Amino acid sequence: MAQNVYDWLDERLGLQAIYDAILDREVPKVNWWFTLGSASLFLGLMQGITGILLSVYYVPTPDHAYDSITYIMTGVKFGWLILGIHHWGASLLILTAFIHMLRVFFYGAYKYPREVTWITGVMLLIGALGMGFTGYLLPWNQRSYWATTVGTEIAGSVPGIGNIILRILRGGTDLSALTLSRFFSLHIWIFPAILLAVVLTHLYLVIRLGISNIPDEDS
Amino acid sequence: MSSKYRSPAMDRRSFVKIISSALGSLMAAVVGLPAIQYFISPSLGKEEEDEWISLGPLENYPLDTPTQFNFSLNKVNGWEKSSHSYGVFVLREEGKGVVVYSDVCTHLSCRLNWIPEEEEYLCPCHAARFDKHGNLISGPPPRPMDRFETKLDEGQLFIHLKEG
Ligand code: HEM
Ligand code: FES
Repeated sequence: MAQNVYDWLDERLGLQAIYDAILDREVPKVNWWFTLGSASLFLGLMQGITGILLSVYYVPTPDHAYDSITYIMTGVKFGWLILGIHHWGASLLILTAFIHMLRVFFYGAYKYPREVTWITGVMLLIGALGMGFTGYLLPWNQRSYWATTVGTEIAGSVPGIGNIILRILRGGTDLSALTLSRFFSLHIWIFPAILLAVVLTHLYLVIRLGISNIPDEDS
Repeated sequence: MSSKYRSPAMDRRSFVKIISSALGSLMAAVVGLPAIQYFISPSLGKEEEDEWISLGPLENYPLDTPTQFNFSLNKVNGWEKSSHSYGVFVLREEGKGVVVYSDVCTHLSCRLNWIPEEEEYLCPCHAARFDKHGNLISGPPPRPMDRFETKLDEGQLFIHLKEG
């Protein structure tokens, strides 16, 4: 029965071909360092799932943001777990993506024909850092408030255009309700939308070009 | 791979498939089951209201005509503290004591108005009509108006508010 349903769908959707391309592709003999891209992908998915769950209770306004986070931590069943995974996963993702980048660098895996894979990778790292920067403000506690004050001030120290960058980041001269709501929008819509597109491109290229060999003395 | 490492029961590929789906399901459960609890837990919390509310001295209420009394209670829902307003109608009748009716329509919870000229309650939503004693005259509500348990304490009228 299940086999029949699967065959019917496969004939129309080409499921087997998708499965073969993604999971059954040829890879050279590799080592554990080659798992870090998949580890980053997994952590990224977890950030997405736990982030969606957090949005059930979180409110991005100065008078409720802090209280809603406190409520998630103490009032909702398993709120501590969901927020905990999101909190620690954020740092871990940066770490795995960074070590993944080092692996690619030291094995020379960024060379022809994988330059675009590298460039999209750089975009992913910058995007992930952007997620961290915007997410840090959302709890609206003393630490996030001052971290964002300093962070936007640093961006404001660019010669010439610093002031306009600072105003664009903050939505005005002060850190305010406007800053919180634009950081929220960046954190849950704008960065994730961009990151999704770039991750898909990155993975498409990994599949299209195949994984590089571990370089040996001849190569 | 040399044949001495081969299992007669299972090839490497099926082994990896089974292990990956087992670990995958485990991880999905570790996040998925708490996530369900996380989503529904506030819906199941018992924020029961069980209080005696004072409506003031009984003599203040005129005889034979429903008189409205409003009060509000503070409630906490999640991170929000808000005040809920309640309305009741007090009907005192010679020889029959006192009955306190809820102003919440038994159809879909709109607030009823007492229309003195017609001696009837009228619901603004679907035009239900109740008589002075809360009996349904016409309209969609499934039962008469709700009444509160009452008590008198040193001439003060109290109602028992129970919710949840
Ligand atoms: C969220 C971040 C990232 C995700 C989810 C991700 C995902 C992946 C995956 C699944 C692979 C397959 C091979 C492997 O896992 O080692 C891969 C390969 C690759 N990644 Fe990433 N990556 C990320 C960040 C980066 C960064 C920051 C760079 C470099 C700046 C980068 C550059 C590359 C390159 C050049 C390859 C091809 C490697 C080869 O063919 O051997 N990636 N990526
Ligand atoms: S709510 Fe009162 S008649 Fe429908």
